[in-house]
Amino acid sequence: MRHLPLLTRRATLLGLSGAMMFGRARMALADVPGDARLVVVILRGALDGLAGVQPYGDSALAGLRGPLALPEPGRQGGLFDLGGFFGLHPAMPKLAAIYAANEAVVLHAVAGATRSRSHFDAQDSLESGTDHRMSSGWLNRALEALPEAHRARTGLSLGVEVPLLLRGPVPVGAHAIPGTRPPSAEILATLARLNAADPVLGPAFAEGLRARGFSAEVLGGLAPVPGADNNFAALAGAGGRLLAAPEGPRVAAMELGGWDTHVSQANMLPPRLAELDAGLDALRQGLGEAWARTAVLVMTEFGRTARVNGTNGTDHGTGGVALVLGGAVRGGRVLANWPGLAELFENRDLAPTRDLRAVAKALLGQHLGLSDAAVAKAFPGSEAVAPERGLLR
Amino acid sequence: MASRTHIAAIRFGLGPRADEVLPADPEGWLLGQIRPTAAPPGPPLSECMAVLRVAGRPPEEGGLRPSLLLRTEALASVVEAVTTEAPFAERLAQFWLNHFTISRRRGQTTSLIGHFLREAIHPNIFGRFEDLLLAVVRHPAMLIYLDNQSSMGANSPSGMRHHRGMNENLAREVLELHTLSSRGGYTQADVTEFAKVLTGWSVGRGGAEPDGFMFRPGNHQPGEKTLLGQRIPEGEGGGIAALRMLAHQPACHRFLAEKLVRHFVADVPPPRAVARVQAALERSGGDLAAAARALVALPDAWAQPLSKLRSPWDYVIAALRAVGAGMAAIPNAVGAMEQLGQPIWAAQMPNGYPDDAPSWAVPEQLMRRVDWVQGVAAQGVQRGLEPVPLAEAVLGPLLGAESAQAIRRAPSARDAVTLLLSCPEFQRR
Repeated sequence: MRHLPLLTRRATLLGLSGAMMFGRARMALADVPGDARLVVVILRGALDGLAGVQPYGDSALAGLRGPLALPEPGRQGGLFDLGGFFGLHPAMPKLAAIYAANEAVVLHAVAGATRSRSHFDAQDSLESGTDHRMSSGWLNRALEALPEAHRARTGLSLGVEVPLLLRGPVPVGAHAIPGTRPPSAEILATLARLNAADPVLGPAFAEGLRARGFSAEVLGGLAPVPGADNNFAALAGAGGRLLAAPEGPRVAAMELGGWDTHVSQANMLPPRLAELDAGLDALRQGLGEAWARTAVLVMTEFGRTARVNGTNGTDHGTGGVALVLGGAVRGGRVLANWPGLAELFENRDLAPTRDLRAVAKALLGQHLGLSDAAVAKAFPGSEAVAPERGLLR
Repeated sequence: MASRTHIAAIRFGLGPRADEVLPADPEGWLLGQIRPTAAPPGPPLSECMAVLRVAGRPPEEGGLRPSLLLRTEALASVVEAVTTEAPFAERLAQFWLNHFTISRRRGQTTSLIGHFLREAIHPNIFGRFEDLLLAVVRHPAMLIYLDNQSSMGANSPSGMRHHRGMNENLAREVLELHTLSSRGGYTQADVTEFAKVLTGWSVGRGGAEPDGFMFRPGNHQPGEKTLLGQRIPEGEGGGIAALRMLAHQPACHRFLAEKLVRHFVADVPPPRAVARVQAALERSGGDLAAAARALVALPDAWAQPLSKLRSPWDYVIAALRAVGAGMAAIPNAVGAMEQLGQPIWAAQMPNGYPDDAPSWAVPEQLMRRVDWVQGVAAQGVQRGLEPVPLAEAVLGPLLGAESAQAIRRAPSARDAVTLLLSCPEFQRR
């Protein structure tokens, strides 16, 4: 007991010791969450799906894209080939390797529940899981059906903000790259008590204490994941380790911005894609052997115009791209009912032929094991959208 | 009533300063701040534009770098907020800055955001909305941030020569975020037409060209356009006419009233309060001074307990004002805003920072408020602040009995001030 960590002292002060001690008995309990992990990455600002995963086999592409069309696979600076028709952007070598290991599925010509070209309406819809904004996100509503973990919250928000996707009735934990030195345990205990009666601040404050305790315990002596040299990758690496912990969270969300490439897309996009690539790889490394039981969904609010605009960029469009990767995924495939670029949606956008909700519903049902009723609660009004089949091993 | 004094200072203002004598007539104090004011001092647009042009050159060529100018402008804006004696006016300036978000996440805007706040926002916060809108949309920061500077009509001389065309970003966001809102009843065709109207609205590059707004006739899409069913003439004047027309739409007044009431009353704006502010805008033809007076006159705005949660920006400013912080504390404040989840002038998207409690009641962010504020408390105590009188000055009758007791019983003055600046009452406005 000589090295009783500050964490434990703080936990005792806050009356959390019961929860902490409970940990060892976890395996004997019936209501622990399953072993599957789900991570959702939101790309805010609308990733250009036709640039991220380019349909180089479509003969209409070059005419629409002009200078934004990248060289075909095998050429200098060319795409990574994804089976003879689609090619992955060359800024994403690590994702290409994950795809080659049959652990990534690309879904093309996808869209969410709305056809709005407003970032904000479309993001709200993407995160609510419906065609309108709700006060909770589909991932939070899915958590209602998962048993609560005992030491960490089942849901984890990575970053200083909590996206709408993870907001709702079920409390979630949080982790962000640490800032300054924490205050004394006494002050935190007093503040927890003063805030307790506040309906908004009370739960949030208690959650903050709990999440910090868990992160400190799991990440304590570990060096950052190698190669995690930007904030997104560092956060993804830490998130992977928290998810890998035996009594850690099972579901996490994080976000990355900077995709709104109206101008000079050829310069703006590659650094963002490289950051995403590094982050996905850091997540994989952080998860370690738990990667085998993980699915990661990468999604964005809509695609971008098929034609290059007047300023070497692209404007807000409709059909786009999504990724599902992880050791639990039956990967190495592109799933697309390809509408072709000869006939555009409203004469400007890639036509959407696949509903993102079908993908998300499959992940909740087939991967996390939610009942049909629980999946329906996460995605109200989506009866006509059948879960995607065969996404998982 | 004593509590009205503190509500005026906290909800409408930026929080009391430790050394401030609060007004006996809170409504009069607020109404007295509703008057046109000059732009805060700072470098003229020509200098800011020159710094922008330096950005692409190697550092050894000298000249003020954009990052340094940005930091200087950001620090100046924080000094203004921490020290101002017209905090209601300053809050409104910050409100409009967020409504018309410019983010430094687009690198080309970094040297212009400070000027945008000083010259496009500040002088117009108590004028007519249409004038504010015009000043904002014609400012180079906005033209660059929302990508309009090189937008060309497909049938314009430059467009045909270079085979280039339009970009509809600015047009869409003006409709959705600045004037009508996404419920405003416009269509994709309106967005496209408005983008045509705005072709040619560009930024001069110095030398023979002006520093700032420049209309490039060669980029302008020829012909008349139709926006919301109304004819808009060709030329630079078409853009001006379109913006003035948008500023007077009932949908615009409703949207502005809703956002103002959300900021000054509650996350879910009470319809009766929205209706009053909307009516003030309609009656006055969009006079923002009339809207500000209507806000002060709202009974809902004075209701207790205060329901709005301070954003990280608000929280940092209020804490520094509470301890009567001097210049030495300012540089740290900018870093703190970032640590607490709201880096200054760096919104993710053009819709700016959120204005509701759930967005800011984020567990890790709240922990970081305590992390940071204990340092602020320590500095205040070093300068001789005493917790109990300070609590009376900063929160007065709004401080609850439980928090007051915790402050009195704290083991040290530093802990007591930390508790004062992180208790639930201090988190609200």
